Amino acid sequence: MPAPRRTPAGQNRPSRPPASRPASVETTVPEERPEKEPLGRSLVPVRREEPPEPTHDPRLTDVDEWGRSEKMRALARRLYDPMYRNWFRAEWEGLDKIPVNGGALLVSNHAAAIPSDAPAIMHGIETELERPVYGLADHLFKTMPVIGTMWARVGGVIAHPENAYRLLREQRQLVLVFPEGNKGPAKSFAERYQLRRFGRGGFVEIAMRAGVPVIPIAVVGAEESMPMIYNFAAGAKVMGIPYFPITANMLMFGPLGLAAYLPAKFKLRVLDPVEFDVPPDQPRYSKSRVMDQAEEIRQQIQNALYDMLKQRKSVWFG
Amino acid sequence: MGRRVLVTGLGTFWGGRVAQALEQNPEIDVIVGLDREPPQVELERTEYVRADENYSILSRIVKATKVDTIIHTFLVVDSTMMRSRTMHEINVIGTMNLFAAAGAAGSTVRNVIVKSSTLVYGAGIKDPVWFSEETARTVPPKTAIERSLLEVEGYVHDFAEDNPHVCVSLLRFSNVLGTDIVTPMSRALELPMVPSIFGFDPRLQFVEEDDVVRSMLFVLENQIPGIYNVAGDGLIPWSEVASMAGKRLFPLPPYGTGLFAGALDALGVTELPLEMLDLLRNGRGVDNRRLKHAGFNYQFTSAGAVQSFVEGMRLRSTVGQSRPEFVYERDVEAFFRHSPAVVRDD
Repeated sequence: MPAPRRTPAGQNRPSRPPASRPASVETTVPEERPEKEPLGRSLVPVRREEPPEPTHDPRLTDVDEWGRSEKMRALARRLYDPMYRNWFRAEWEGLDKIPVNGGALLVSNHAAAIPSDAPAIMHGIETELERPVYGLADHLFKTMPVIGTMWARVGGVIAHPENAYRLLREQRQLVLVFPEGNKGPAKSFAERYQLRRFGRGGFVEIAMRAGVPVIPIAVVGAEESMPMIYNFAAGAKVMGIPYFPITANMLMFGPLGLAAYLPAKFKLRVLDPVEFDVPPDQPRYSKSRVMDQAEEIRQQIQNALYDMLKQRKSVWFG
Repeated sequence: MGRRVLVTGLGTFWGGRVAQALEQNPEIDVIVGLDREPPQVELERTEYVRADENYSILSRIVKATKVDTIIHTFLVVDSTMMRSRTMHEINVIGTMNLFAAAGAAGSTVRNVIVKSSTLVYGAGIKDPVWFSEETARTVPPKTAIERSLLEVEGYVHDFAEDNPHVCVSLLRFSNVLGTDIVTPMSRALELPMVPSIFGFDPRLQFVEEDDVVRSMLFVLENQIPGIYNVAGDGLIPWSEVASMAGKRLFPLPPYGTGLFAGALDALGVTELPLEMLDLLRNGRGVDNRRLKHAGFNYQFTSAGAVQSFVEGMRLRSTVGQSRPEFVYERDVEAFFRHSPAVVRDD
């Protein structure tokens, strides 16, 4: 609704300052002095409302606005750390390209039937740089009872442009997105390291609006940690999920395979930040510019992946 | 000349509260209250006019009293209170007639304040954490109450556009809790165990009932047009709300939740309307910064509102209904207001 125009100033306006408005607040309306009662001259005490008490916030838990709980996150980090260090043996390259403060949008390739790259990237940056990473994802996890709640407590945030804007622009945080969406994990093992379409370039538009750089990250190893052999499409349709993976892990360990990753060696390379030379906070950005930038970033990640694969001697030992 | 204010829904919780607060303000000369039911609270100088639910006499009242301000508190936001047909009659037809009267030729109305609800945002799985006043809802409206409120907001929009000389403020209130107000949410929290949905712990936002009244007066006094969310700071997980109330959760199954909620209703335990089930699954947060920037100061955060409700509940559990019931007697009120025998100071 467009804001209706204001009534002509002064009309209907009370001549005294509103009693319920505390004097200490910043207001858009200029404070008016009472005309009839100059200070110190009133014979009877003027009834003034007490300024409101500073609001106290009687919280019991540490769940924040994003649904994250620092206690749960510390616990999750403790549990995940051995896996990160000893199972995937994650190795970073170019971590110094990620700023120590200020917002930035991290984008990466996405793989493995149950993606193993998101926790590796988030944990790596959080332990090495000691600053939180907010992982944006679609609502699939959130629809699942218990899992959805845990997902939010350890750091998952629904991928909505307003969430991204608030995190990047107002709270100046690091935000991780996978522009491939679930088309990345849904591809078969034969198509490994072949990047899918980068959505509609929404991530570029968000970064432009928030005035932050995009930092591309190339991840090698996730594809082999849970290779999808077959996508049981009919099952996916019945279950209402985007894909129904039959993985190599399942063939080896049965249903436990859903939770067990293969010990592929993880290598993560941070590429040069991409800055956009556009003013932030615009309602819309040139679609062609957005698509070009998105494609360019996709190419950079794709080339970095090819380069890393050229140098990789073994899937398991790097 | 001071202001002349018309309050709709005088017999409801909000109408009564707002009229009481308006009476404290000497700038306001005349307060006229309109409702089907007589007021439930004691009022000193507010004039009560009985009307049917869709306000067919409204244009006559506006003409006769020459009110300059209308506070429209009579929008039903609790679907458990009545059948959806009655609700439609009150919300949609009532608002339509209200705006027809306010926008009539020669109307003296220069200020309209509408009390809506954050129900208009819905509660979907893909929702952003915070809805700003302009954010579009992500799910189409499913329930009669949401549809009727959206229709009402459409009328407000049209009225504001057609009458640029009128200052129209639309306030969207979050879940209200406090010492006195009764809502589906407060009823759920009064149960021995608090209903929830298994595996979901949504984050909810609350606003205290005093902040609701204060915000309406604030908008009235400062004449700020536009849409404003009214909600306390912060989001609280439902499980934490229950523990603040000293209750345990009673989880309903995550699949077929509606059926089980229907069973609870049939057993007479409690009524959990569809919009509340959505809320218990997905939660909702609204951005309250626009009203703050306009200068409004909240006295309660979300957690503070829950605390205030819990304190009210503790008091009731000890002393019962603490406030004496007020009964509106037409003749008595008429005597005190209008009889020449009563000595009036002013």
